Amino acid sequence: MSDTADEERAASVTADDVRHVAELARVDLDEGEVDEFAAQFVDILEYFEALDEVPEVDTEDDLANVMRPDEVRDGLSQEEALSNATETEDGYFKGPRVS
Amino acid sequence: MTAQTLEQRDLAAVIGLEVHVQLETDTKIFCGCSTEATEDEEPNTRTCPTCLGLPGALPVLNEGAVEAAVKIGKALDADIPEETSFHRKNYYYPDLPKNFQITQYDAPICRDGRIEVEIEDERREISIRRAHLEEDPGSLQHAGGSIDTADYTLVNYNRAGTPLMEVVTRPDFRSPKETRRFLAKMEEVLEYLGVFDATRDGSLRVDANISMVPADEVAEDGSIAEETLESANRTEVKNISSHKGAEKALAYEVTRQKNAIKRGRAVEQETRHWDESRGVTVSMRSKEEEKDYRYFREADLPPLRVSGWKEEIPIPELPDARRDRFREEYGLDEESADKLTSTKEVADFYEEVAERFDPDLAATWVADNLLGELNYRDMRITDVTDRLDEFARLVELVDEGEITTKNAEEVVLRRMLDEGEDPDAVIEAEGLGTADDDEVAVAVSEAIDENPDAVEDYHAGEGGALNFLVGQVMGKTGGSADPGDVNRLLRERLED
Repeated sequence: MSDTADEERAASVTADDVRHVAELARVDLDEGEVDEFAAQFVDILEYFEALDEVPEVDTEDDLANVMRPDEVRDGLSQEEALSNATETEDGYFKGPRVS
Repeated sequence: MTAQTLEQRDLAAVIGLEVHVQLETDTKIFCGCSTEATEDEEPNTRTCPTCLGLPGALPVLNEGAVEAAVKIGKALDADIPEETSFHRKNYYYPDLPKNFQITQYDAPICRDGRIEVEIEDERREISIRRAHLEEDPGSLQHAGGSIDTADYTLVNYNRAGTPLMEVVTRPDFRSPKETRRFLAKMEEVLEYLGVFDATRDGSLRVDANISMVPADEVAEDGSIAEETLESANRTEVKNISSHKGAEKALAYEVTRQKNAIKRGRAVEQETRHWDESRGVTVSMRSKEEEKDYRYFREADLPPLRVSGWKEEIPIPELPDARRDRFREEYGLDEESADKLTSTKEVADFYEEVAERFDPDLAATWVADNLLGELNYRDMRITDVTDRLDEFARLVELVDEGEITTKNAEEVVLRRMLDEGEDPDAVIEAEGLGTADDDEVAVAVSEAIDENPDAVEDYHAGEGGALNFLVGQVMGKTGGSADPGDVNRLLRERLED
């Protein structure tokens, strides 16, 4: 894609785009934030233009069919599994209501 | 569009299925955690950094899951492309610890297969668009109410990472009943392959796409023009978990859509949830569209090149082929052949017994007696496969006239199943050996001598008298005489 096309796309981030992305990410934004982030999105997308400057490199040799045998290995205990969770209940991770 | 409006035309249902089946592997698809749920297991006891989505943990593909997928591809007569790869499907829901699901997108492991299904004596071919590997999410509990009113959510990742195969059909079904037959057939095939266990909880989950089209646009061979399909609004019905559920959910949806159209309302293109307990489908919150999932290549998993495995991995004879062979090779009728190929284990059991005896006798004993008694006890053939020798011994005893068929069926087989005894022990304990000829002759003489009235009645032409005498002889021999022989002996003696 050419630089101009990128700029056009970047420049066209609307409040609706921001609301849509926020909904997919399950993030609540108020109207002030929507406008603020719409402007910031343009900046963020512009950062990616730096990638256009990266020279092409040879890709690594093809790696394929990397598999492991179907053998059970020890995992984590329940206590270990839950140790990073802010809230737990009866061995479960506990989170807000989802719908 | 024809002059007639849609609400005035006869309507036909068009249905396609997405079937998720759990693959029978020992470990999860991308890590070494066990897939075997123990009874009443604690939540979050079969996890590791990979299936919990902890930073830095890397997925490594389970070879067993790939083998199972290749077997399924062979059984579906599908293409296994030269190269297949994995993608990330992004969405935020707490059943996914990584916020994405590893699945396959534009390069599924199986493409363009088919399954033959018998529907109302007609063999129909259902086309399989694709079948791909993916990981199962974890399970959620909506604490303190239904999904909408719950206070909070409890999450268990024991199931997360269980290998699934998603089989996607073309919209080839024309009635809810057909989907039920298809699901039964698919389960049967998968069980033959040994890659699926229908008795596991949640091992089969179905999503169905359904729309209504004008009936006169369905061609004789059942095909429908692409543009007709595209112009019809369809709903996707989720949360179906059984063959029967599929038929019921889709029958409900057919009626609902027909009613909407007859009243001149358009069917809304939406996702609906099958509520099994209420027997209705309900509209779900609007779901992401495909582009919202931001599919991209899973860079942590190199591509797979396994098309050659199709040649290397053998699969067993499939049910249709085996059924036909049983009819041809053993001369079985359709009903027996059906029963004896209902599962691979039953078919294997029958073939072993048939090798030792007359195939007809073996068929009667396995299909009618054994399966009947097992069914009555809620047992399966796999509960007795390691007792095949004992069962063969029972058939041998009958075959050689050592015990009567009646005793074998009604006493020995039942005690074998109820008490776990071997047939010789039961016969010994019950004194069931066939009465020898002398013993029967003595009993016949005694019966005649002791019952002069019955003898008189017999000569007077009363049919019931002979039955009475047979009963007397059977009583004297403890049921071990052959009633046919007794009947014959009595007649001979009485006619002398």
